[in-house]
Amino acid sequence: MDSQNTSENRPVGVIGAGKFGTAIANILAENRDVILFSRRPEVAGIIENTRENSSQKVHERVKPTSDLKYLSENCRLIFPIVASANFREMTKMLAPYLEPEHILIHGTKGLDVKLPEGKTLDGLTRINRGNISTMSEIILQETVVKRVGCLAGPNLAPELAAMQPAATVVASKFDEVREEGITALRSSRFQVYENHDITGVELAGVLKNIIALASGALRGLGYGENARALLISRGMVEMIYIGRMLGGDVRAFFGLAGIGDLIATCASDKSRNYTVGYRLAKGETLEEILGSMEEVAEGVNTVKVIYAFVRGAGFRSPLTETVYNCVHKDMTVKEGVEYLMNLPFNVDVDYL
Amino acid sequence: MATKIHTSSGWLYDQVFPHYEDWPIYKLARNQEEFVDLVKQESMKTVHDLTMSNPAKLEDELAKTLYLERVRMKQTPWKADKPDEKSFWSNIKRMMVRVDAENEERSAEEYEAIMKTIVDRYAWEIAGKFDYNAYSFAKEFVSIGFSWLLNASQGKGLSRLWSTKHNLHEKIKLEGEINQIRNLARKGTVVMVPTHFSNIDSILIGWAIQSIGLPPFVYGAGLNLFGIGILAYFMNRLGAYKVDRRKKNLPYLETLKTYSTLALTHGCNSLFFPGGTRSRSGALESRLKLGLLGTALEAQRRNFIHDPENAKRIYVVPVVFGYNFVLEAQGLIDEYLKRSGQEHYYRENDDYATPFKLGKFLLKFMTVSSEISISFGRAMDLFGNEVDENGRSIGKDGREVDIKKYFYSNGKIIEDRQRDAEYTIMLGDEIVKRFHEENIVFSSHLVAFVAFEIIKKRYKKLDIYGLLRLPEEDELITYEEFAKVIGKLKQVLIELKDAGKVKLHDNIENGDVGSIIEVGVKNLGVYHAKRPLFHDKQKNIIRSEDFNLLFYYHNRLEGYGLAKHV
Repeated sequence: MDSQNTSENRPVGVIGAGKFGTAIANILAENRDVILFSRRPEVAGIIENTRENSSQKVHERVKPTSDLKYLSENCRLIFPIVASANFREMTKMLAPYLEPEHILIHGTKGLDVKLPEGKTLDGLTRINRGNISTMSEIILQETVVKRVGCLAGPNLAPELAAMQPAATVVASKFDEVREEGITALRSSRFQVYENHDITGVELAGVLKNIIALASGALRGLGYGENARALLISRGMVEMIYIGRMLGGDVRAFFGLAGIGDLIATCASDKSRNYTVGYRLAKGETLEEILGSMEEVAEGVNTVKVIYAFVRGAGFRSPLTETVYNCVHKDMTVKEGVEYLMNLPFNVDVDYL
Repeated sequence: MATKIHTSSGWLYDQVFPHYEDWPIYKLARNQEEFVDLVKQESMKTVHDLTMSNPAKLEDELAKTLYLERVRMKQTPWKADKPDEKSFWSNIKRMMVRVDAENEERSAEEYEAIMKTIVDRYAWEIAGKFDYNAYSFAKEFVSIGFSWLLNASQGKGLSRLWSTKHNLHEKIKLEGEINQIRNLARKGTVVMVPTHFSNIDSILIGWAIQSIGLPPFVYGAGLNLFGIGILAYFMNRLGAYKVDRRKKNLPYLETLKTYSTLALTHGCNSLFFPGGTRSRSGALESRLKLGLLGTALEAQRRNFIHDPENAKRIYVVPVVFGYNFVLEAQGLIDEYLKRSGQEHYYRENDDYATPFKLGKFLLKFMTVSSEISISFGRAMDLFGNEVDENGRSIGKDGREVDIKKYFYSNGKIIEDRQRDAEYTIMLGDEIVKRFHEENIVFSSHLVAFVAFEIIKKRYKKLDIYGLLRLPEEDELITYEEFAKVIGKLKQVLIELKDAGKVKLHDNIENGDVGSIIEVGVKNLGVYHAKRPLFHDKQKNIIRSEDFNLLFYYHNRLEGYGLAKHV
C-alpha cells in the first residue's frame, strides 16, 4: 500500500459513539489516534473515565469528545456513523467546521427522505428518486466536502467488538478516498476491499435490511434453511432491480456489501433488523419492539421509503410490499408468507 | 454600475477593458511564438507523465496515432487539411521503423523525439491568432449586417433598406446576470458554457459577448470551418483555435487540452460548448463532453500553484439560448431518431459548407420574425459554489470557501488527475442543472410539450417510433382538452419558477391560457414548411403536420418532471 499520500500522522475522527461507531473507532485506533464524537457530553465523559462504551472496551488511543469543531480541526479523515434519521441534522451541525480538504467516509446504512410540506410517508404516498438521498448525497448537499466515501459490508458490531476477523468495503469515486480509508482501517483482523460504485454499495447495504427483517420473521415462525435460502436468493433479485432503479450498478450487489452483508444479517440474531422481524413473528407489536431496543433498526424506515418509491415508479416489488405490510400495516407474518408463496414467479435469474 | 449605450448598431454596454492592448487575447497573439513553445513543452510533459517514459507505452501510443492518422487521411479528408500531411506521416513512419527497440534507453529517447515532432506539428495546427483590425471589422460587419437583415425583412418599400427602426436588441434579448459577469471579468477569468442547438449559436454568442462589453473570448472552432474561404480568414484572426474532432489520438488530445489550459492561465476568457455538438433531440444537454471543461479545473489548479494567496479565479457562466424555432431541426431530429440508442457520437457534417450556404442560413434566420433570448446564468466557481461581488466563493452556509483546498492532499496542492476528473464530472452535473434553471420557457415550448404528451398518454403502449408513425387523424387534440392541460402546466411551471428551477417568458407568467396557445402555436417552428402545430380556423382542433418536429420541440422541456401532470 502506498502510504506516501496519506495523512498518517493526524488523528482520524469518528462521529457517533454507538455500537458500530465505537467498534470502528477501536479498529482505527490500531493504526492511528482517534477522536470519537458523541453528541452527549456525559457519554464522552463516561468513556473518558471508564474506557468503556456500548459494552465494548475503548482503545487507549481513542479520545472521546463532544466538540465537533475540535474534531474537524484535528482530523482530515472523518467517519460519520450515526442513524440515518439524524444524519442530515448531524451533517448540518458539522458543516460550518468542514473545509474542502476533508474526507468523509460514512458507515450508515439508511436513506433520507425529503417530502413536500404537509406530507408523510404513509402507505398512500408515492415518491421519486429526487425525494431520496443516500448518506453520501446528504454530505454533498449540505457541506463543502466533495471527497466522500462509504463503508459497507458484513460488519456486525458485536463480532467486531469481539475482535473476530472480518472484512469491509470502502467505496468512493475518488482513488484518494479509498486509499485513505484502506490505510486507516486495514489490520490483520480487518480486511478492506475497494469499490468505485459508491451509490451501488450504499444501496446494497441499505436494501439488504429489508431482507433481514423478512429473514428474522421466517425464523420467528420456526422455519428452517430452505425457507431462508429461498428468501435470500429471491430477495437478492428484488434488491438488484430496486438498486438499479435508484442508480446503482448491479455488480456492487455481488460483493461484500451485497451478498456478503445479506448472508451475515439474514442469519444472525445480532442483527437489529433480523431481531425486529423475529419478534414481530413472535407476536409483539412494532411499538413494543422499538421501545425496548437501544439502537435504531434502519430497515423499519427503509422499507417504508422503498415501498413508496417503487409505487411511485409504477412497479411492483412483492417482497418489499409484504415486509411493509407486516411491519407497518396489520398483515401478520404468517399471512405474508402465504401471500408470497402463492405468487406466480417463474424466471429464476433474469438480471444478468 | 455598467454604462448602457444605445446606438443604431445596438451596443448596450461599454467595454469593460476599453484599451485592446490590455486584452489577454491580444497579448497572447502578440507573443504567439512564445506561447506555442510553452504549449509544446507542457504537452510533452503531460505525454511524458501519461506514458511514464516507458518505451513500450510510447511505442504503443505512437503506433496507434500513426494508424489513426492514416485512416483519417484516407477516409475523411477535408479541405482544411494541410497539403503536406501525407509526407509528414510517411516520415514519422520511417522514423518509427529506424528505432532500435532492443536498446531500451536509446529507444525511449528516440520515441520521445518522434512524439515531440508530432506534438510540435499539432501545437501549430491548433494555435489561433488574434488580429484587432479583423476583429473590429467583423464586429461591425456582423452587427450592421444583422441589423440590416432585420430591417430589410420587416419594412416595406425601398426605404426599408436604410431603415434602422428595428433595433437588434428588440429581437435578441440579453437577459440574466450581465452585471455580475462584467464585474467578474475584471477580477478573474470567465469561462462561458452555452447550450448548443443551432449553428447560429456560434455567431450569436460572439455578438452577445461584445454586446455586454467583454473582450473577445478564446474558443475552439471545428477545423472544417477553416476550409471555407472568407470564414477561414476571420476565424483565423478572431482568437479561435482549431479543434479537429476526427483526431482522437493521445498527443493531439493532450496538446489541445494544454492549449486551452494555458490560454486560461494567461487570463483569456474562454468559451466551450460543453455539449460537444448540437443537441440532436432538441433537449437541453444532459450529458456533457468533459475534456475541455477539465482544462478549466487544471488551469485553476495551476493558478493556485503560481500564487496560492491571490490566484486568479476562474468563473463558470452557463448560458442558455431560447428561440421559437431551430433552422436545422428537421435534420437534427432525423439523425437523432436514426441513431437513438446506438452511438452517441455524430459525425459533423458541413452545414456551412460554402459561404453561400452560410449567407442563406443567416438570411433565413433574420428574416423570420421571431424572438430570441440569450439567458446568462449566475456565475459559479469550478466546484459549483456561488460567487460574491468580490469574486469570492461562498458556500451554502454563507461562509467563504477556500477552494484551493480542493486541490490539497495533506495541506499541499498536488496533481491528482483522477481526483480532478471526478471534480470535472461533478461540475458537468452542476452545469446541466444550471441549464435547466436558466432555461427561459417560451409559449411555443409549452404548446409543443403539451401536444406531444397528450398524444403520448393516449397511446401508452407505443414506443417513440410507434408514436411517430401514427396516422394523422389519430393526432387530433380538441382545443378544450389542450387548454385544460396548458392551464395545469402553467401552474406547475410557476411553482417551479418560484423554486428557482426554471425561468419563464412573460407571456407564460402573465398571459392567460388563450394567449399562451395563440402565441405559442403561431411562433412554434414558424420557419418550417410543415408546421409542427397549428389549429383550424374555428379553433376547435389542434393538430400537427410534422410529428417528428413536434417531438423535437417537445424535448426542450424534458427533465422537469412535467409529463406526470399531463
